[in-house]
Amino acid sequence: MTDTQSKDLKVREKQELTGTAEQTTPGLVFTPAVDIFETEKEITLLADMPGVKSEDLIVDLRDSVLTLSADIAPIDHSNEEEILVEYETGRFYRQFTLGEIINQDGINAKLNNGVLRLTLPKVEKPAPKKIAVKEN
Amino acid sequence: MIYRRLLGFPTWRFRSPFEELERIKRQMDLLFEDVKTPFQRSHAGVFPLINLTEDIHNYYVRAELPGVTADTLDIRITSNNLSVSGERKMEAVVEGAKYHRREREAGKFSRVIGLPGEINPDKVEARLENGILTVTVSKAEAAQPRQITVRS
Repeated sequence: MTDTQSKDLKVREKQELTGTAEQTTPGLVFTPAVDIFETEKEITLLADMPGVKSEDLIVDLRDSVLTLSADIAPIDHSNEEEILVEYETGRFYRQFTLGEIINQDGINAKLNNGVLRLTLPKVEKPAPKKIAVKEN
Repeated sequence: MIYRRLLGFPTWRFRSPFEELERIKRQMDLLFEDVKTPFQRSHAGVFPLINLTEDIHNYYVRAELPGVTADTLDIRITSNNLSVSGERKMEAVVEGAKYHRREREAGKFSRVIGLPGEINPDKVEARLENGILTVTVSKAEAAQPRQITVRS
């Protein structure tokens, strides 16, 4: 390892969804890899969702549960024969419970090169009012 | 030398310790092959994972590369090897941000895939769409099947 500028990417298997609820629709479901970071104003979520188009993505926030789900439009490979299969494709699904109160109107979702960027602005907390204590 | 004779394995030669490990690994792989789910199929273990398909005229090489831009990708083709290399960059960490999850990774990658047949290096197309790279490699004229009419 002579290259210290940037480490090499390693292969990671796509994580298949493990949940208690059974699937009724056929096909595989994967959990996307995410980065979540929080600043004073907002929470940002980045999720790797290769092959997902913006119209297939559903972002849902209710009762402080954030749900990401995406269907992948099946590509017609019927006339192609498989030689080597190293990865499978399927739907994406992941849920998060948010601890903060989110300003629902300010949510912004962008999909760029298969990466979802979700910005969830926090609701501004009322500044604590200082009460001056008078001395007698 | 004596133990080898005692154990009765005259064919064993410890040319390198890794060779022996490799042999054990192969046998272990065989042993566990049936237990593996389809997703744990053996692969080269080099990023990115690749799906290779073919039809009559082309080979299709597909790889999932979310967050990789076209300008950081370097795709080269030789007589029957396709090399894909590039770098996945992450945006700079926002100052003062508190990370809750960090599962996505950045880094360089490079992979060479041997294509199973002869190809036409002049007719290669690469597309990056929604984080999926598709390289369409045209098969060589000689490798494409030709229909032969049967005369009666």
